[in-house]
Amino acid sequence: MATTTVSQSSTTFSQSFYASLHEIAGGEKVRTCLQCGTCNGVCPYGYLMDYPPGKMVAALRAQRFERVTEADTVWMCVSCYACSEVCPVRIPLTAGLMTRAKEELLLAGNIPSELQVALENTQRYGNPLGESPRKRADWAKGVKPRVPIMSEERRPVDVLWFVGDYGSYHPRVQPVSRALANVLNALHVDFGILGAEEVSDGDSQRLAGERGLFEMLAAKNERALSQYEFKEIITGDPHAYNAFKNEYPKLGIVYPVRHYTEFLAERLDALKSLFKGEVNARVTYHDPCYLGRANDVFEAPRQLLSAIPGVELVEMPHNRTTSLCCGGGGGGMWMDGFHWEKAHTRLSEWRVREAMQVGADILAVACPYEAPRFEDATKVVPGASRLIVKDIAELLAEAMGD
Amino acid sequence: MHIVVPVKLVPDLVEELVIDPSGTTLDPDTLRLQLNEFDGHAIEQAILLKERGGGQVTVMAPDVEGVDDVLYTAAAKGADRLIKLCGNFGQSVNNHAMACAVANLIKPLQPDLVLTGVQSHSDLDGSMGPLLAAYLGFPYVGYIAGVTLSDGRAVVRKEYPGGLVAEMEVVLPAVLGIQAADQPPRYVAFTRIRQAMKTASIEEQTVEGLDVSGGPTVSRMYKPEAAARATMIEGKPDEVASRLVELFRELGVL
Repeated sequence: MATTTVSQSSTTFSQSFYASLHEIAGGEKVRTCLQCGTCNGVCPYGYLMDYPPGKMVAALRAQRFERVTEADTVWMCVSCYACSEVCPVRIPLTAGLMTRAKEELLLAGNIPSELQVALENTQRYGNPLGESPRKRADWAKGVKPRVPIMSEERRPVDVLWFVGDYGSYHPRVQPVSRALANVLNALHVDFGILGAEEVSDGDSQRLAGERGLFEMLAAKNERALSQYEFKEIITGDPHAYNAFKNEYPKLGIVYPVRHYTEFLAERLDALKSLFKGEVNARVTYHDPCYLGRANDVFEAPRQLLSAIPGVELVEMPHNRTTSLCCGGGGGGMWMDGFHWEKAHTRLSEWRVREAMQVGADILAVACPYEAPRFEDATKVVPGASRLIVKDIAELLAEAMGD
Repeated sequence: MHIVVPVKLVPDLVEELVIDPSGTTLDPDTLRLQLNEFDGHAIEQAILLKERGGGQVTVMAPDVEGVDDVLYTAAAKGADRLIKLCGNFGQSVNNHAMACAVANLIKPLQPDLVLTGVQSHSDLDGSMGPLLAAYLGFPYVGYIAGVTLSDGRAVVRKEYPGGLVAEMEVVLPAVLGIQAADQPPRYVAFTRIRQAMKTASIEEQTVEGLDVSGGPTVSRMYKPEAAARATMIEGKPDEVASRLVELFRELGVL
């Protein structure tokens, strides 16, 4: 699907924006909006947006959409799919309305400076963190057996592991990548990574309005992937998972993909035989937006956690389709300052308070945005410093005596 | 109003810097170049002036790896004319030689204003701005954060150390060394850059008569060497913390 630049010739901006929504799958449903306001209510930042989704539709109908793009609170949208989930007429609010609005703001240059830095970094370095592309596989140093890099192996593998930006570079998530490498090694999985040839999956940049950049990144990843033979892609990053599963195919890039939790849940018996110790803890699981709500993977992560000896799995009030966003989606990962300025609270703190309420010792996660975000929140929520935040891969590795 | 913006690309410090076996320069194979940050502000300032009062913006840059992206990005932001300076730019080319040669190419463009980044981290022999001004016979003001044009004059805000700002008037044509544009350089959507790649064209001009004589020569290039004055405190976190507190007390900072 090509990027649509809305022109303001004979039709009004509202009209052309409205027409552009129809190019998105299900976009025509915007016509059927009942103005029930459920989306505005469920949106974690809806209370402070000038135009939460429902009001945006109203502005569109009133031919006043330019007011929406003049405001900057669309940038509070964390693309968490909460609004899309509750919409009684299933309007693609996240994928369509909110993302298209951000595209317009971005083209008009109305973007927070923090987001600009992340997007410029992505343009230049292929990752939003602004790290050297040559160091993309540095996290794997010291892992034994060695993590195979496809350009060095030059042989077919069963599994191509797409590590992702945060798994590759973020100091809190690199240990998660090493833990997953150890688990894969222990299971004798025949896998390889792209290393320096991998670039950002681009999904969060797309949801932050940078569709052109997303398409460029997708093409680069495809150039790298097409050189190699493998049976499937696995990833620890639900955003990369969403890109490969739902977005890359629209660009003609088609590979079978699974989140690592789905891949490992298929190997539960083998995993169980590798567990040496117990993780004696009350564990609660946070459904990542792009694994759960957006892609309906709810059970595999829970199966893995329940399989770990000693784990008592408890649910938080918001779970599965009603899970709370960590605040990192849709570019939120790169707008902490902007979000704080507007809201003076963090979504991650809300989640950490819920984990505390259910008496959890460990908050288990399955998305690379979450460990750093929730761990930061435990430092500021009163009494939460005892809460441990761990990726499921880390807990599995720990139970294996890693 | 014709604004000419000569820019340069400098080593990207995100990448590890590797010293060439010669020991006097950076290894060109591992080097990655990017637009000098201050030059990015010069481009932004030129485009802001064009948006406010009309005119034409010409951006020129030496033909090194990455130059096309820099020029097309400038076009996507609003630059009208892109010039790639072709020639043999070894790392021995100093700013004096470059300024002299570039001034000869700028003169026939008859600019009203030349904007350039006030400095770059690869400058060895002074910054480009004053050198260009000298060769062009134009006045120069550097460390500028703010430009307004009116009636053949520029009113500029010059920053001094110590938090002082002076507003001064310069008769055009002039060269300004830009420290910061009126607004931070804008974001340009990737689709716009891709569009510029299709619609904008890059002219090539040959830089002749690069006279590098008289410039500085690098006798040794090396990474900062560790001095022996640091003390590493080892032990458990608690012990390290107590020892640190002791040290701070001894040094009188606590």
